[in-house]
Amino acid sequence: MGILDDFFMRAMIAGIGFALVTGPLGCFIVWRRMAYFGDTMAHSALLGVALSFVFNLNLMVGVIAVALMVSFALLILEKRQSLSADALLGILSHSTLALGLVIVSLMTSVRIDLMGLLFGDILAVTSTDIQMVYGLGAVVLAILIWFWRPLVAATVNVELAQAENMKPQRSRFILMVLLALLIAIAMKIVGILLITALLIIPAATARRFAATPEIMAVLASILGVVAVIGGLYGSLQYDTPSGPSIVVAALIIFLISLMPKNLRGAKNQPVEAPHE
Amino acid sequence: MSDQNLAQEALVRLDKVGVYRDGKWLVRGVTFDVHPKEIVTLIGPNGSGKSTSVKTALGVLQPTEGQVIRRPDLQIGYVPQKFNLDWTLPMPVSRLMKLTKKQTEHDIDHALDLVGISHLKKSDMQSLSGGETQRALLARALLMQPDLLVLDEPVQGVDFAGEIALYDLIKTIRDETGCGILLISHDLHVVMAQTDTVICLNGHVCCRGTPKLVAESDEYKRLFGARAAQSLAVYQHDHDHTHLPDGRVMHADGTIHDHCDHGQDRPHEKEHH
Repeated sequence: MGILDDFFMRAMIAGIGFALVTGPLGCFIVWRRMAYFGDTMAHSALLGVALSFVFNLNLMVGVIAVALMVSFALLILEKRQSLSADALLGILSHSTLALGLVIVSLMTSVRIDLMGLLFGDILAVTSTDIQMVYGLGAVVLAILIWFWRPLVAATVNVELAQAENMKPQRSRFILMVLLALLIAIAMKIVGILLITALLIIPAATARRFAATPEIMAVLASILGVVAVIGGLYGSLQYDTPSGPSIVVAALIIFLISLMPKNLRGAKNQPVEAPHE
Repeated sequence: MSDQNLAQEALVRLDKVGVYRDGKWLVRGVTFDVHPKEIVTLIGPNGSGKSTSVKTALGVLQPTEGQVIRRPDLQIGYVPQKFNLDWTLPMPVSRLMKLTKKQTEHDIDHALDLVGISHLKKSDMQSLSGGETQRALLARALLMQPDLLVLDEPVQGVDFAGEIALYDLIKTIRDETGCGILLISHDLHVVMAQTDTVICLNGHVCCRGTPKLVAESDEYKRLFGARAAQSLAVYQHDHDHTHLPDGRVMHADGTIHDHCDHGQDRPHEKEHH
């Protein structure tokens, strides 16, 4: 395991594994306009961490459980049609984050690396973390591939999917679970505040070059890997924090992808800043 | 129309279906069925429950009362009313064909050829016109080899010539595949001539009948031309009551009731069979 002895290589391997999973899942977040939803689930991870300590649970279990509870709470609240989905997301997103911060600060017995949780500490990943990233990552990818057709069908048109027995409700549930799993993986790598960036930016970049959903998903994975490698080398070179550096690298690739078309004066495609 | 045999033959049968959502009945007491080779057209004003009825038939909506009986293993091909793809989702026509089921290239070429858009196979759905989109959706539904083809306003946003062409195509599909067709017309008075049964909805089944007689009338041919008369028909019907905003019903004679009592034999009830 010589290669894993080096903290930088460990970071690289973990980051690449993570980026491979965020590509296709990120495409669904973009297609379904779930960016803010993903953000809310990610923010709830801090509450998950805090509650894991309070109840002495496994960290992963706590994070996944809280993320899922928040997403189901959103579904139920949306059906009530009291507040807009937008406002509900805003309330849950920030209150789970704030609750998490408050509970963590109340716990004097344990020391928690708050910065690491919020912004990631990829240079500190252990071989066990790598096993977890690849193990859970493989599970997420396998589920995505297995349910690919119904997932895409439900994204294109819910009623059509329902009429032709593609079970769109199940697809929605699957995506939530996968997102919760991914957030649990991502905490150590980019931190809970930056997870959505790595879901969305590579997918948005891939859109301009992809003719089919499948190509877009693969391309998003590749671009994510490039961002991880670029960001990590950048952080080594300029001594910048690794998580944010990866996101900045992804942003630079996105900006580069915009340039050639504009230079050629190609027709104006709606450049959607993928949010909400 | 009510014996056991017909009920078994029907691809789908709605029996006194009512859907209650958000404090009001969207439809109530809707009964109709679609048999193989039969074309059933639903017409009615906006908000009359056409889409609700169709979605209940499809199983997208669950009825609050009454029941929907679908033939076991019924294969449905559905052309939805709204097809708004997010720009972020790349979707060439060839990929749309495989949306809910694996298809061979040969079958895809055949289906696109049938609806006349083979040249658009590699085009993205975003770049298609309204008529081309409808044809692509129709080809996709056909590839499901459906027993029941359900079309929600298939000619919406299509010009008159395109409308006739699309109706011709739907007729050809019915003749060649023998599937039953349930379609919603966007027009209150003009329906596809091959329609076997027109059902006029207004929260309930107001009246039903065949459009054929009308299509053969001279006035209609003079108005639209003989060619159009082969594909389109005017469905003339008079409503003998009006639905008031509060849900009550005013009859032609000026009386106001809570219901229009369609199920019962009232003198004003008018069913053309």
